[in-house]
Amino acid sequence: MNQPLKIADKTFSSRLFTGTGKFSSIKVMEEAILASGSELVTVALKRVAHQQIENDQLLAHLNHDHINLLPNTSGVRTAKEAVYAAELAREALETNWLKLEIHPDPKYLMPDPIETLKAAEALIKLDFIVLPYCHADPVLCKRLEGVGVSAVMPLGAPIGSNQGLTTLAMLEIIIQQSTVPVIIDAGIGKPSQAAQAMEIGADAVLVNTALATANDPIAMAIAFKQAVEAGRLAYESAGLTPISNNAVASSPLTSFLNTI
Amino acid sequence: MLFTEYFNYYQWDIEQASIYAKTTEDVVRALAKNNRTYEDFKSLISPAALPFLEQMARLSQRETQKRFGKTIQLYAPLYLSNECQNICTYCGFSLDNKIPRKTLTALEVLQEIAVLKEMGYQHVLLVTGEAQQQVGMDYFKQMLPLIKKHFAHIALEVQPLDEEDYLTLHTLGVNTVLVYQETYHREDYRLHHPKGKKSNFNYRLETPDRLGRAGIHKIGLGALLGLDDWRTDSAFTALHLQYLEKQYWQSRFSISFPRLRPHIGGLEPKTIITDRELVQLICAWRIFNSDIELSMSTRESASFRDNIIKLGITSISAGSKTNPGGYAVEPQSLEQFEIDDGRSPVEIAAVIQKAGYDPVWKDWDPALQAI
Repeated sequence: MNQPLKIADKTFSSRLFTGTGKFSSIKVMEEAILASGSELVTVALKRVAHQQIENDQLLAHLNHDHINLLPNTSGVRTAKEAVYAAELAREALETNWLKLEIHPDPKYLMPDPIETLKAAEALIKLDFIVLPYCHADPVLCKRLEGVGVSAVMPLGAPIGSNQGLTTLAMLEIIIQQSTVPVIIDAGIGKPSQAAQAMEIGADAVLVNTALATANDPIAMAIAFKQAVEAGRLAYESAGLTPISNNAVASSPLTSFLNTI
Repeated sequence: MLFTEYFNYYQWDIEQASIYAKTTEDVVRALAKNNRTYEDFKSLISPAALPFLEQMARLSQRETQKRFGKTIQLYAPLYLSNECQNICTYCGFSLDNKIPRKTLTALEVLQEIAVLKEMGYQHVLLVTGEAQQQVGMDYFKQMLPLIKKHFAHIALEVQPLDEEDYLTLHTLGVNTVLVYQETYHREDYRLHHPKGKKSNFNYRLETPDRLGRAGIHKIGLGALLGLDDWRTDSAFTALHLQYLEKQYWQSRFSISFPRLRPHIGGLEPKTIITDRELVQLICAWRIFNSDIELSMSTRESASFRDNIIKLGITSISAGSKTNPGGYAVEPQSLEQFEIDDGRSPVEIAAVIQKAGYDPVWKDWDPALQAI
């Protein structure tokens, strides 16, 4: 059993966060999310009928006690638009948690670091619990932490690319330096990559495309669940590395100690 | 959050017991890793690691050269005053020691500076005792503008101050502040600091927090080795460093290794850290943290210092005087601690070069913190 993860005022027993896009049906989405054991599920405001929230099918299928919703601002291109979308999301979904995503570039969906930092600062002043999607940039993550975000969500690779942890060297620095949880978001395409993220000490991963577009999303959800648990267990047990170091016969650097 | 809150989760006895319970396997694992944890540091300073000393030295040398190259930075202390309102059982300047008290005037400071400049120094460490009347912020405000003109880098080792004072000192040109906790053993700290502002353990413990908040570029930590169990004190220093690095990510950090030495009214060290163990400790720090600056003073012997240059140290002092006026004004007055290595900076620079390293005299510029 993994240690529980605390973010802001909530505690999670699952370290696998999921999304709701790209599934073949809402029913498959629901089954896959349930199979994954995920307790935090991100929902794009753009996909929610926020004027008639009670009729929203997507939300109806996410209505389980253990599932917390994490509205996201996908689609906005500036900090200003993000703040507006966040306010709508808070009202519609009745949560002040927010995955802040600002990607002005429609092709690679690269997060805009400058607008993201600006929006994070403004949203925290408005009492949001902000989890920003960002580049695997250690300084940016510290700056975001400095304005009060509750976690950082650096990307492992371009979103939807399934390339895995192409930003590994930077992610390791971010994990080492961070005082808030680090959730690796975007790019994780296989359970083994999710396990790797957990082995290096990530606090959680967010996986969407790899589940939604799998031949069997439910089986894949179980595979990711187990991979995340296994990777985390390896990290917590701290028993990963022993590589043999041969003993050194002579002692040229420390022999002076015998003479003084 | 301040460090005290974090610190209070830990208990001295439990940490100490766990260090002495470390096994050969723990040490082997710590040595084999890429990123070492606090637990690994405890393994590396444990008695179980002593048989691995040569291996640790090689690793430390490699890591140090990778990060700092083959360079050693040189600095000199400049004692401005031996006035002190604290009683510290181990210090020559303690309030209860009947010694002549002296605080340098502006003119005397300039005389001292002239000698240091003649020696080639660009990095100076200003030292005082804790005496609000004689050497408080007013004194620093008066002296720093004089001193600043002559050096590329100014470090301070004075009483703990408030955050706003550190902000002021920063604008006056101070780059680095050293505040050693002496010991992280709360009860023994009280025994060794029975009187004066220094008796406030928490205020001292939170000083690096205030330094970090004030944006001080470099923060120096350390424990007085021998005051209590040096291993446990070093472990707590590592815990402190780890916390600070995350919290104040824009600051740099340095560690010093003062060993308790004899002085007037002397205190017997509770534990003795041997030369071999000090090498172990220095190497353990480097293996634990490849970016940390490790500093070595003239308390140590010439033969020890000559050899330690290659093992992980990044800055050393030379030709030091630890009495106010020691360089020019009053060379005969009482020193804070006894100097073991009395060689001149020129001699030390030659030793550094002979070891295949470059002595670095200037490694900062006031222009970099002018605004």
